[in-house]
Amino acid sequence: MISFSRHILSNGLPLIVHEDPSTPLATVNILYKVGARDEDPSRTGFAHLFEHLMFGGSVNIPEYDGPLQIAGGDNNAFTNNDITNYYCTLPANNLETAFWLESDRMLSLAFSEKSLEVQRQVVIEEFKQRYLNQPYGDVWLLLRPLAYKVHPYQWATIGKEISHIEEATLQDVRDFFFRYYTPDNAVMVVAGGVKTTEVVELAEKWFGTIQRKFEKRLTYPQEPVQTEYRQLRVERDIPFDSIYMAYHACSRLDDDFYSTDLMTDVLSRGKSSRLYNALVKEKKLFSDVQAYLTGDFDKGLVVVEGKLIKGVSVETAEAAIVEELEKITTTFVSEVELDRAKNKVESTIEFSEMDLSGRALALAIADYMGDPDLVNSELKRYAAVTKEQVMNIAKQVFRKENCSVLHYLSMN
Amino acid sequence: MTASTHALPDRSIPPASLPVRNLMVTQAEIGNLNNGMPVYSVNAGFQDLIRVEFLFENRRFRPELAALTAAANRLLSEGTTRHSALQLAEMIDDVGAFLETEESADNCSVVLYTLNKHLASTLPIVKEMLTLAVFPESEVGVYRKKQQQRLAVENERVNSIARRKFNQLLFGSSNPYGYMVESTDFDRLDTAILQEYHQSQYHSGNCVLLLAGKIHDSTLPLLNQHFGGNDWQQPAPSQPVFGEIVSDASKIHFLHKEGALQSAIRIGRRMMTRAHEDYPGLSVLNTVLGGYFGSRLMSNIREDKGYTYGIGSALVSLKREGYFFISTEVGADVTSAALAEIYKEIEILQHELVPKEELYMVRNYMLGSFLKGIDGPFALLDRFKTLQLSGLDYSYFERYLLKLETIGSEEIRDLARKYFKKEDLYELVVGVK
Repeated sequence: MISFSRHILSNGLPLIVHEDPSTPLATVNILYKVGARDEDPSRTGFAHLFEHLMFGGSVNIPEYDGPLQIAGGDNNAFTNNDITNYYCTLPANNLETAFWLESDRMLSLAFSEKSLEVQRQVVIEEFKQRYLNQPYGDVWLLLRPLAYKVHPYQWATIGKEISHIEEATLQDVRDFFFRYYTPDNAVMVVAGGVKTTEVVELAEKWFGTIQRKFEKRLTYPQEPVQTEYRQLRVERDIPFDSIYMAYHACSRLDDDFYSTDLMTDVLSRGKSSRLYNALVKEKKLFSDVQAYLTGDFDKGLVVVEGKLIKGVSVETAEAAIVEELEKITTTFVSEVELDRAKNKVESTIEFSEMDLSGRALALAIADYMGDPDLVNSELKRYAAVTKEQVMNIAKQVFRKENCSVLHYLSMN
Repeated sequence: MTASTHALPDRSIPPASLPVRNLMVTQAEIGNLNNGMPVYSVNAGFQDLIRVEFLFENRRFRPELAALTAAANRLLSEGTTRHSALQLAEMIDDVGAFLETEESADNCSVVLYTLNKHLASTLPIVKEMLTLAVFPESEVGVYRKKQQQRLAVENERVNSIARRKFNQLLFGSSNPYGYMVESTDFDRLDTAILQEYHQSQYHSGNCVLLLAGKIHDSTLPLLNQHFGGNDWQQPAPSQPVFGEIVSDASKIHFLHKEGALQSAIRIGRRMMTRAHEDYPGLSVLNTVLGGYFGSRLMSNIREDKGYTYGIGSALVSLKREGYFFISTEVGADVTSAALAEIYKEIEILQHELVPKEELYMVRNYMLGSFLKGIDGPFALLDRFKTLQLSGLDYSYFERYLLKLETIGSEEIRDLARKYFKKEDLYELVVGVK
């Protein structure tokens, strides 16, 4: 159970405060409602590059990190297809330093040419390190455009290609900032050893006077219903074949999210799960197999992926996965399996709530989803899922014509 | 709301930064089970859950059976005289608990995470795994394949190759600190070898219990009921077999990786353990050089040159030895330039004093990190575990904090001269030069 209060500042910035008197620390989490899905298809990777530039100095403060470190804090940020999230944790008695830093970069950036040049290089190295110079690193660069033909989820957060990052200009940076980084397009959460009244006062002081308005959200082109099985085969210099099967499924906001999530848990969560026992242990076709839901804000994917044991053909492997998926579409999962998945969700939530910055992020995301109290009420929604719902979802999701398959093969 | 609160704040002046306070460490309670097994516990936090760690010291290393230690620990859950691997997994998963294993060169752990309401039903399962594991041949086969495939993938990553190879250069192949596990090592695992090792390793005389979370009156009696008896004792453990430590004779090494877009760089040396008097000061030096986002290496090589996505340095304290290393992955075309910049940053620390403002920032950053490191029951117990494994007590933190308060720029320079001599540093590049 996470207690909180919600406030709206005079400029439209939502503020959530979560008091935890047991900790001497405070976390300030600011979520901006912008991600890779908001990008121009010819300028992909920009939201993430922009995240790096948020550390390159703001209008009144030449450097972000130094003053935060002097206050005993540290910070990080991440970008995904839907959001860009910034958080810092510091001793609670230095909370105002975080307000000063975060509000100044919400007010305006320094827009330095040098910072853009360097961060372009850093992001290009990140592209190489995580996606190109890594076995299996480019899987999502291939799988996304296979599964999505229209929706911007067809590109990864890092971008479609390095050239898009190389071509970013300072004018692009300015436009993006003034368009998306407005108080009313953000959610702020302050959590930890803080007092709500003080936090609200500080927030009004530092953030309340920032008066920019968000113009208009893009309407994202919705992905049409997939009507044919798609398959892509690539060969790479990797030791083992692997397979990725992506099925269109619901969004994070959908009522079906909970039953879909539990369905993938029954399939692959833990050593008692179906896919692990059937495909790794019994048939010995895979060294590893996973099923999961992407949980995006627009309609996402259920992905089943596995690394094949050397010598097993990818066709045999795919048929074996399909056979397991068919079972869950034709026979009810047992009460034991469903309870097991629900119990795992319960303890996962309990354990994750031990972490202060985790609680702050969960509140921010829940608020963007429309109700911060989802952090407390979601467990009930999981608990209410029935075996009939799981089967219905499985039937909707696991259809051949709803599937995009990547055969990622070893050339050796 | 008064008008004054709506006045524009003066953004040119940073808010006053106060000293980091509340550095009081909640100490672990020290006790024993009825059979003498040590129990260390931190009772804190609001959630009604607990982490129970069974920590065993690795007592026997043989290079010809280098894969054995980790395999035995990971395969504890893959079948006992009473239950199959699947039945064991179901019993743990049914109540939503998590069972994890951890393996290091010095220790192996089995860690149970559970809501307290399920502690009574999960402890007997752990006991069964620790005492009645049978290591079925089929499960060993699945494990072997999986590990061999995992290793083959790791060997495609410049960073993984560098990490493993670097430790071998520092420590040699006769001991677990430096030995690089190879695919064929997994071929030598079988049921008999695992069972024999299990017998010698997993017993109450070689086990320490570490508890963190909400501890109820019923917790200790429950642990005593399952683990406090004499039914899993063994004769007094023998002296650990470890193997000789021999560093490689040459310092500069390069492994070519065809087609690599980035090179992995490691530079470093063997170093003292945490118990040494210079260790707290070296921690400060390490932080200045590469231990945080604002470090010299990050500021220069990432934030100024853009050669890398990340670069850092670390001090590692093992049971018998320690080491220091700098690690990064840089664009293949700038490998030499990055190396030159790394050495340049080390030299600057040896020749120039760290400015007062920078030292002030590093000190505060480290105090803030310390505060995070003692927040919550898991963190508190982890700190205690670090001390315990280094043979230290809580007075170490006093020495550490005192050093943070008092260290001056001259001492940092002198430490850099003493410990970062170029001729003492190993350099490994994996990729393209």
